[in-house]
Amino acid sequence: MSASVKLSLQVVAILVACVAVAVMPVAVDLFQLMQFTLFASMAVLALSLGFIWGFGGILCFGQTAFFGLGAYAYAVAAINFGDSTPAILLAIIVPALFALALGYFVFYGRISDVYLGVITLTVTLILFNVFNSMAGDAYKIGTARLGGFNGMPAVPTFNMPFDPSSVLFPEQSWYVTGGALIAIYIGLRLILRSPFGRVAIAVRENETRASLLGYDPRAIKLGVFVLGGAIAGFGGALYVNWGAFVGPTIFSLSLSAEIIIWICIGGLGTLIGPIVGCFIIEYLISQIGSQQSFNSNLVLGAILIVFVLLLPKGLVPTIRLLLEGAGRLATKGRGQAPNAAPDLSAGQPVGAE
Amino acid sequence: MDLVAILGLNVVNGAASLFLLCLGLAIIFGMMRIINLAHGEFVMLGAYAAVIAANAGVNIFVAMLIVAPLFVGLVGIVVERCLIQFLYGRLVDSMLATWGLSLLIIGLVTTIFGNTMQGVPTPLGGFAIGAYRTSYYTLFLLAVAIAMLALVYGVLRYTRFGLIARAVMQNPEMAAVLGVNPARVYMATFALGAAVTGLAGGVLAPVSGITPVMGGAYVAKAFITVVGGGAAIISGTVSASGLFGFVNQLGAYFTTPVYGEVILFVSAIILIRLLPQGISGRFFKGTV
Repeated sequence: MSASVKLSLQVVAILVACVAVAVMPVAVDLFQLMQFTLFASMAVLALSLGFIWGFGGILCFGQTAFFGLGAYAYAVAAINFGDSTPAILLAIIVPALFALALGYFVFYGRISDVYLGVITLTVTLILFNVFNSMAGDAYKIGTARLGGFNGMPAVPTFNMPFDPSSVLFPEQSWYVTGGALIAIYIGLRLILRSPFGRVAIAVRENETRASLLGYDPRAIKLGVFVLGGAIAGFGGALYVNWGAFVGPTIFSLSLSAEIIIWICIGGLGTLIGPIVGCFIIEYLISQIGSQQSFNSNLVLGAILIVFVLLLPKGLVPTIRLLLEGAGRLATKGRGQAPNAAPDLSAGQPVGAE
Repeated sequence: MDLVAILGLNVVNGAASLFLLCLGLAIIFGMMRIINLAHGEFVMLGAYAAVIAANAGVNIFVAMLIVAPLFVGLVGIVVERCLIQFLYGRLVDSMLATWGLSLLIIGLVTTIFGNTMQGVPTPLGGFAIGAYRTSYYTLFLLAVAIAMLALVYGVLRYTRFGLIARAVMQNPEMAAVLGVNPARVYMATFALGAAVTGLAGGVLAPVSGITPVMGGAYVAKAFITVVGGGAAIISGTVSASGLFGFVNQLGAYFTTPVYGEVILFVSAIILIRLLPQGISGRFFKGTV
């Protein structure tokens, strides 16, 4: 596919997504709409890890740390201020600052690979333990009790900016969540087209070569990591908006595992893949949960093993390869040279697909 | 004085349990560079095997020390043949596949046995140091840990299998040229690691809650300890589990068990930041 075809396909896909978000409240009932709101908030989380893992080459086992910090920051601020506007900002800033500190510690110590995974996983466990034990009156920030293992119930949900009296209806929450997902997707696409995004991909491909060309891989990775943390934190705020609740299980190992499963199934190194994987898996889990005939762990585990063994690239890259193969056959039929122009459209990972 | 003695016993006991938990993971990671995230579920399977055998009338020590490692070793062989053998050299894929395996095992065990399980009482009874009581079982755990340390060290250092396994670990191609089949060695090593893990699950069964998700409590700790210990199996695991067990127990004594765990994790992060190759990569180069 040439660059222009790819670009127009992407634009079409985004338009389709916008239309889908717009008509969803009419098409499905309220319960399903709430479900989709939940899935979309989790897809923001999937997108954040898909970005830092697929394009920054940072395998973070603890992306839930930022998701959970964002959720707690939102909850504490929303209870204290009574207005969701500054709370959403804090839900982005707090995890971003945390990612900055952690990323500085890790990348400037030249830690990579498995060790990075261990450290991020450990940080998540620490947060889980700490938040789990912060029960009682001693642990409160302003008027917000952290609630320990019981979590924080009855968190104010989103309201119109600077107008705490008009709380969003579920339909409006869906528009905000679905719209945010599309906006973040477009934003990440634009970042990947920018010089920063190109250098980030170069660093993922070969750190030594990138640094010999004069870039500082540590700073680039730190930038990608902080951006991923900020997005995950925003996802946390969307998550709290869905359930009006946050508890320490948001830092649990199983949610960390789920994010990685979404990305493996959707496709690493793409942005659409994590979203697709997230929706498929979460839908599957909710269906299995409502039927009680299979254990969801059993199904999830089997799916993950099958994908790693048989389809290690994930759904989206595999489908893309199939489509490209079909397109190549079609152009051959018309007697044109396949792949006349070198296909280096920005944003697509070069080489590692 | 009594307090110091009991605290010392707790520290030693914490280190010994951590060592038992990590040894199997360290064998698999150190020899094969495969990170087995289903490690916690191997511990759980060992515990289930021991408890089911003991409840069926088998002597508790036979159940813990023979049935559990045998069963989990067999599971290890099946897992290696069906899954791991396709993933050598693909570190991230092996982590993902074993993570899937861990979910699968949890799901299977939950489906078969339900969410809880009748445990077994802790054997051997207790004794008193001054005003404090403790159980003989802590001493038994320590003895098992020392025996396993000696056994695994002996196997790796002094037997033909150990020699071949270490050769394959260093250079599989060269070993293959000399007539060794690396695939068989990997299979045997994985089974050994699984059996050691099963034994750990068996001896920890009487002192832990038996549920399908009990492995989750162990896998992160074991994973951190093995990475903190570095590539050398015995010296790395002994030093890391000694250090982390010490820090954990002292932290738990002076604060709360929860913060003891937090202190363990924080010290592990600092250790990895300072010594990215693990303790053994810095201090015990070239040991087993």
